[in-house]
Amino acid sequence: MKQLIALILCCTLFGSAQAAEKISGNAHDFTLSSSLGKNIRLAEERGNVVLINFWATWCGPCRQEMPHLEALYKRYNRAGFTILGVNVEPDPNESKKLLKEIPVSFPILYDTESKVSEMYGVDAMPTTVIVDRNGKMRYLHRGYKPGYEEDYRKQIRELIRE
Amino acid sequence: MSRIAKLTSIFCLLTWLSACSVQPWVKPYERENLADPIMSFDGDPAASKYLNHVYEAREAMRGAEGSAGGGCGCN
Amino acid sequence: MVAIRFDAIRAVICAIYVLCFSNFLQAAVLPEDRADILYHAYDGGGADINGPYVLVRKGVSESVSVYGHYYVDMVSSATIDVEVQGASRYEEERTEYSLGMDYLHNRSILSIGFTNSSENDYEADTYSIGISQDVFGDLTNISFGFVYGSNWIGKNTGGEEGVVEVGTNTARRYKLGVSQILTKDLIVAVNYETAIDEGFLNNPYRQVRALTAPFNPSSQILDEPEIYPNTRNSDALSLKARYFLPYRAALGAEYRTYSDSWDIQSQMLEIKYAHPLPNWGIKLEGKYRGYSQTAASFYSDLFQYQNIDLVEFRARDKEMSEMNSQTIGIGISYEFKPSWLPYFDKTTLNFYWDYIQFDYDNFRDARVSTPIAGEEPLYSFDANVYRLFWSFWY
Repeated sequence: MKQLIALILCCTLFGSAQAAEKISGNAHDFTLSSSLGKNIRLAEERGNVVLINFWATWCGPCRQEMPHLEALYKRYNRAGFTILGVNVEPDPNESKKLLKEIPVSFPILYDTESKVSEMYGVDAMPTTVIVDRNGKMRYLHRGYKPGYEEDYRKQIRELIRE
Repeated sequence: MSRIAKLTSIFCLLTWLSACSVQPWVKPYERENLADPIMSFDGDPAASKYLNHVYEAREAMRGAEGSAGGGCGCN
Repeated sequence: MVAIRFDAIRAVICAIYVLCFSNFLQAAVLPEDRADILYHAYDGGGADINGPYVLVRKGVSESVSVYGHYYVDMVSSATIDVEVQGASRYEEERTEYSLGMDYLHNRSILSIGFTNSSENDYEADTYSIGISQDVFGDLTNISFGFVYGSNWIGKNTGGEEGVVEVGTNTARRYKLGVSQILTKDLIVAVNYETAIDEGFLNNPYRQVRALTAPFNPSSQILDEPEIYPNTRNSDALSLKARYFLPYRAALGAEYRTYSDSWDIQSQMLEIKYAHPLPNWGIKLEGKYRGYSQTAASFYSDLFQYQNIDLVEFRARDKEMSEMNSQTIGIGISYEFKPSWLPYFDKTTLNFYWDYIQFDYDNFRDARVSTPIAGEEPLYSFDANVYRLFWSFWY
């Protein structure tokens, strides 16, 4: 009997949080070196809807997500949308190798010291933050599961129309 | 308290404790080495199951061979 | 029977509760899709056992992964146990298959499985259920498992009757495991397993030796049947660690301790090292394993005939004697992506060789006749174990 009570107790105390949620606040500004050969600064993207994707080559779901991000970029880039793929690995060569196999057209930024990941409180791999045209954070997605790209698409369209 | 009851209680206690928020000291973006395939406890399940069977058939000891966990912690 | 069912029900309820109410931030990951085709061979102590082992796992949806395995032991055996009974080399085949499923929900994975092992004088059905939960920001994994086995033991009489039933037994196992990431380079795990066996636990072919005249070692030796208790409870606890070396290699260590109600106590220590050579697509592995155990309370290599009926239980199974084993193993793994197999993401070809030395401290080689019984040389033998396998990821 005691065990059954303990069982019920432990289960009801489980917290609940969503994998995708609405968030608010200014998107912290940062500057990182990029695959375009120059430094890229988040604040310079103001006026565009920005999808910041924190990823790594060793993370399976991150690699799975890449082609979907590329499709979104190609589709909405001209409507004022961009993606910043922030690679969190200390060695940028790892991502350069992977991108030869899965090339993307959007810029890849190298957060080699994890400063930006820490600033954004990244607690899952991958993490996607969608920022509106005024530099405000609007949506947060933790992890990636097939089907998430549909949510991204809806949210991007909503923010483009604003 | 019987052994089984003890085990069940320990399991429930552990899962209850997990409801308390503890900040992970190894961030998800620092999991690169842990996600490396050479770091998995059981790299080849068929090969290690077979070898465990070889030992169990010839020695008295049985139990406590397997475990999960580790890896990239993605998703 | 009632006791068994209650434990199983409790385990299932616990699993379902955890699944339904766990609503954490992120999710765990199902085991990866892969197939292994393994050829195994054991050669040692007069026994030659080899055969295939095929294991296939596939995700069938976002949250379900299924697996199955097929395994065969082709046995050709003339071990010391066979020869001491005066029997000659025998050939036998054992077939085993399993089916199982893993269900992922948020941070929990529920696993169920069934295994059947079949040979002409032994049949085993095993049912398992388990739950695994990621907690503490995915740094910790807690798992709980319950296994129930139902076994049928027969004896090949060699005559017209063929194989006759000798007994049945049941086995229950309860497992609890916790794995913990300590640093970005170190992960440790603790596993505890308790086992309860009930029923006919003897070996129907084995006998014990008894001296007819006490304290007269050169008197006649008779064979008497084994008598085992009909329960066996055991506890095993293991602690293991895996450490990532900065130049990209992995060092693993495991210590395991065991004790049971037959008074057997044992310890095991294993050290493993894995060294990848990425430029050649090769991984090298080396390992050492040391194991030692004490004898069961009712084990003896040679009993006294006068008081054999006063002894409640008796056994002469070398597996329950005071013994130790030392293993060294090496392995090589080659990763490649053949263009003629486009369906697979990657494949590896692997070969492992383990050399095991078994030494018995109170089990004697009864095939050797000496003027004084109980003075035969202590038995020891070595074995080579080969594993050759091809793994596929898709």
